[in-house]
Amino acid sequence: MEVKTAGSVGEIYRISGPLVVAEGLKAKMYDVCKVGEEGLMGEVVGIRGDKILIQVYEDTSGVRPGEKVINTGMPLSVELGPGMLGTIYDGVQRPLPALKEVSGDFIGRGIEAPGLDRKKKWHFKPTVKKGDKVKGGDIIGVVKETELISEHRILVPPNISGTITEIYEGDFTVEDTVAVLDNGTELKLYHKWPVRIPRPYVEKLPPEIPLITGQRILDTFFPVAKGGTAAIPGPFGSGKTVTQHQLAKWADAQIIVYIGCGERGNEMTEVLEEFPELKDPRTGRPLMERTVLIANTSNMPVAAREASVYTGITIAEYFRDMGYDVAIQADSTSRWAEAMREISGRLEEMPGEEGYPAYLASRLAEFYERAGRVKTLSGHIGSVTVVGAVSPPGGDFSEPVTQNTLRIVKVFWALDAKLAARRHFPAINWLQSYSLYVETLRPWFEKNVAPDWGELRNWAMEVLQEEANLQEIVQLVGSDALPDAQRILLEVARMIREIYLIQYAYDPVDTYCPLEKQYDMLKGIKMINDWMYKALEMGKPVEEIIGVKGKEKFARAKFEENYKPVLEEALEEIRKNLLGE
Amino acid sequence: MGKEYKTITDIAGPLVFLEKTEPVAYGELVTITLPDGTVRRGQVLDTSKDFVVVQVFEGTRGLDKSCSVRFTGDVVKLNCSKDMLGRILSGSGEPIDGGPKIVPEERREIVGAAINPYARQYPREFIQTGISAIDGMNTLVRGQKLPIFSGSGLPHNDIALQIARQAKVRGTEEEFAIVFAAMGITYEEAHQFMKEFERTGALERAVVFLNLASDPAIERLITPRMALTAAEFLAYEYDYHILVILTDMTNYCEALREISAAREEVPGRRGYPGYMYTDLATIYERAGRIRGRKGTITQMPILTMPGDDITHPIPDLTGYITEGQIVLSRELHAKGIYPPIDVLPSLSRLMKEGIGKGMTREDHKEWNDQMYAAYAEGVDLRGLVAIVGEEALSERDRRYLKFADEFERRFVNQGKYEDRDIEYTLDLGWELLAILPEEELTKIRREYIEKYHPKYRKKKAEGEAS
Repeated sequence: MEVKTAGSVGEIYRISGPLVVAEGLKAKMYDVCKVGEEGLMGEVVGIRGDKILIQVYEDTSGVRPGEKVINTGMPLSVELGPGMLGTIYDGVQRPLPALKEVSGDFIGRGIEAPGLDRKKKWHFKPTVKKGDKVKGGDIIGVVKETELISEHRILVPPNISGTITEIYEGDFTVEDTVAVLDNGTELKLYHKWPVRIPRPYVEKLPPEIPLITGQRILDTFFPVAKGGTAAIPGPFGSGKTVTQHQLAKWADAQIIVYIGCGERGNEMTEVLEEFPELKDPRTGRPLMERTVLIANTSNMPVAAREASVYTGITIAEYFRDMGYDVAIQADSTSRWAEAMREISGRLEEMPGEEGYPAYLASRLAEFYERAGRVKTLSGHIGSVTVVGAVSPPGGDFSEPVTQNTLRIVKVFWALDAKLAARRHFPAINWLQSYSLYVETLRPWFEKNVAPDWGELRNWAMEVLQEEANLQEIVQLVGSDALPDAQRILLEVARMIREIYLIQYAYDPVDTYCPLEKQYDMLKGIKMINDWMYKALEMGKPVEEIIGVKGKEKFARAKFEENYKPVLEEALEEIRKNLLGE
Repeated sequence: MGKEYKTITDIAGPLVFLEKTEPVAYGELVTITLPDGTVRRGQVLDTSKDFVVVQVFEGTRGLDKSCSVRFTGDVVKLNCSKDMLGRILSGSGEPIDGGPKIVPEERREIVGAAINPYARQYPREFIQTGISAIDGMNTLVRGQKLPIFSGSGLPHNDIALQIARQAKVRGTEEEFAIVFAAMGITYEEAHQFMKEFERTGALERAVVFLNLASDPAIERLITPRMALTAAEFLAYEYDYHILVILTDMTNYCEALREISAAREEVPGRRGYPGYMYTDLATIYERAGRIRGRKGTITQMPILTMPGDDITHPIPDLTGYITEGQIVLSRELHAKGIYPPIDVLPSLSRLMKEGIGKGMTREDHKEWNDQMYAAYAEGVDLRGLVAIVGEEALSERDRRYLKFADEFERRFVNQGKYEDRDIEYTLDLGWELLAILPEEELTKIRREYIEKYHPKYRKKKAEGEAS
């Protein structure tokens, strides 16, 4: 028989940082409790005899043994409904603006703030009618949430079904009843879902559509599929956060969930200030209208950091269930793992590698497994793409978080401190990185961009690979000693690196490079390559070939919105200079 | 005042264990009275119905089981007042300059609450430090936390002093003050700082917290928090722009490890506790600007990298929290270059918003890219020269080599009292860029080249003259 835990009251026995031990409390694992006189929010993480171990999401200074603990009997849940887009939450879905209203510029304690605005009215338009049978996950109507997401689809909570006996059109708050089922269940604009349980779907579908990011090195060389998983490990200063921000800005997902997990406060502020100004390249609307931000900065309570990634992915799954493509940026999963380590240490669990708990690998796997392109319960197709930043200590990829992540994810974007030091950005190392989606996505690119897409990509990769081999020789003898053909190869590789791979995130045009432009640029380099070899055959001195005029103009094309004339003009000039009329 | 207890059961390192107490709050301030009447202070680290663990800031030397322990019912607080300016305080906030006690306007908890990210304002105001390698290459802005990664024996203290002396936001006459916190530095170093502060009159607008190498290590855990509490008070109550200098964070981290070991916690990397990242973040993240408030807090923590190893947990975790880093190089120091700032691994994450037209100069951003790329190339070529000799290099390569040398000798190198303004720094950079063939300047748009390149400037000057 199930023990009722809701409303059970116990007493604090011990406090050690974020870990509180209670006694005399009835509890299940992962029940949410209110701890102490201030009612700090916490979650049951262990049961030892009559002692209940609770991780508390807020600072516990000043809390005393003997204070009461109340069990809500509910697992940690988020509220899912209209009003999340454009909002910034903490790790347990409390809106930060609401916290500011209550406690000012600094975050206070024991504040309750619902995830969704209780007063705001939304116009609800039913899409089903009286007498229709509905089941969990079905769409019963729509709400216009933002200009960008004009259809926030209202879902039947996954575990409920029945026949609609009443449904209304009109303006409602999230708590108003908009429909009633024959079994008496009242449906509202929102429902709750426990964050640690993946939301159900019918089946997973193969990932065969790329997530277009507008970043040349990602789209061309190491693409990620919609519903896929990617990791960006890199030492500090190598550009993890900038890459994540670029994805949040330009990825062609309909919804972005950005989780700032244990990172810098100013980075979240940057997103908050910048995103309302930035326009979606496809619709021209502010990017903030499609974005949900979750900020648990490094100085905010560590237990809430552990919860923040689950909060984020649950919100993402909810939008997926409406049939949208969602992309999550988790920056950084290492901080999440460290939060796990800290809690685990306080629980005095036996540590695994480097002090991390032994369940680190399975937790990471569970999280990334929640990504995917799926057929939803209502029969739509939606996806959640997860991109996790990893911050390996000392930039050493052999550490447990990086290694356990790489075993799961399909795309690896390796950031390189050396490239960053010479300001080659994005500092993604093209020799170390990989994408297991290259072949599965190739048909899509060849159908939608150009038939020779795959061939071109592989050619460029080969050139870069060959350059790396030659560099070893150059280091010994200098480039002048190489045969002419190899010197041309080095020059072509340099062009691929400096013109194609370097992309300026802060340049208004270059920050987003459409696929067609990517193709035209790379194709242009390939043409120059062919002309160079031809010129060599015709007996032109190699110095003249390598130093051919017109390359600077070609390089400038990436900064032009209307790049085609510049590119063509530059190519024509280079062709003439190499091959004559 | 709470009851007194004489129920100490164990003493281990800096920790005292007690039993049979009334409920004691987590984080509560504790006073311990020794038989001879001296009083030590401590803080509750772990509390339960059966036992309490107290960490003693001033160390446990001389303590025994007969000491009486009193729980104050209060957490650790700092007496805050505008009169703190010009004062020298101990690592735990007591005056040590022979002056009067500080009459508090307010007693503030030293564990500051986290700034709501929604309340923050993104830092954008350029601080001119007068040091080319910082202003030009890794610009500091107000509200930033930018550490100096140094090594033992390198002149990080001189650089910190020079910055403290010269730092200014141009075109403003706003109140500016320094909060200086020393943790575990030697008497000699402290003396150097104090002498310099007094000599330049900087002490008047400074609050100094001193925990010397001979002071108890555990006190170091509260020193930076004391300093930041003072900074927050002055910034947010009196609208001061505060530069906080924390030196040496390595000593702070050692103290953290000591406590962790005494508590027999599961260690993370190299024996440092697993929560060191979070702990450091609660210090560094107290830098920033808040919307609607005038005062700002800029942080410049200094740390010495053990064994000059940037991957050591202390610099590593710091780098993950701070907004960039200024890295000092032993090699440059050995070449006699001051400040020996190695710009390649250095970084300022916030500079992109603080430079350019209206802030420094329009060409700054592209100039910066070009300078970086050119210096990196020059440094790479040195490796090649070591193998094939300079004769084997092309003319282009030789110019890059020259650029790298001049960059170090003329641009990075400057006097300890030399205060260069940003225009001087940028123009000096252009002089160096003129060493390179003009077609190599691909990162700078034509317009700026024609405006700032010495060749065109000279032409223009000649044109105007004739």
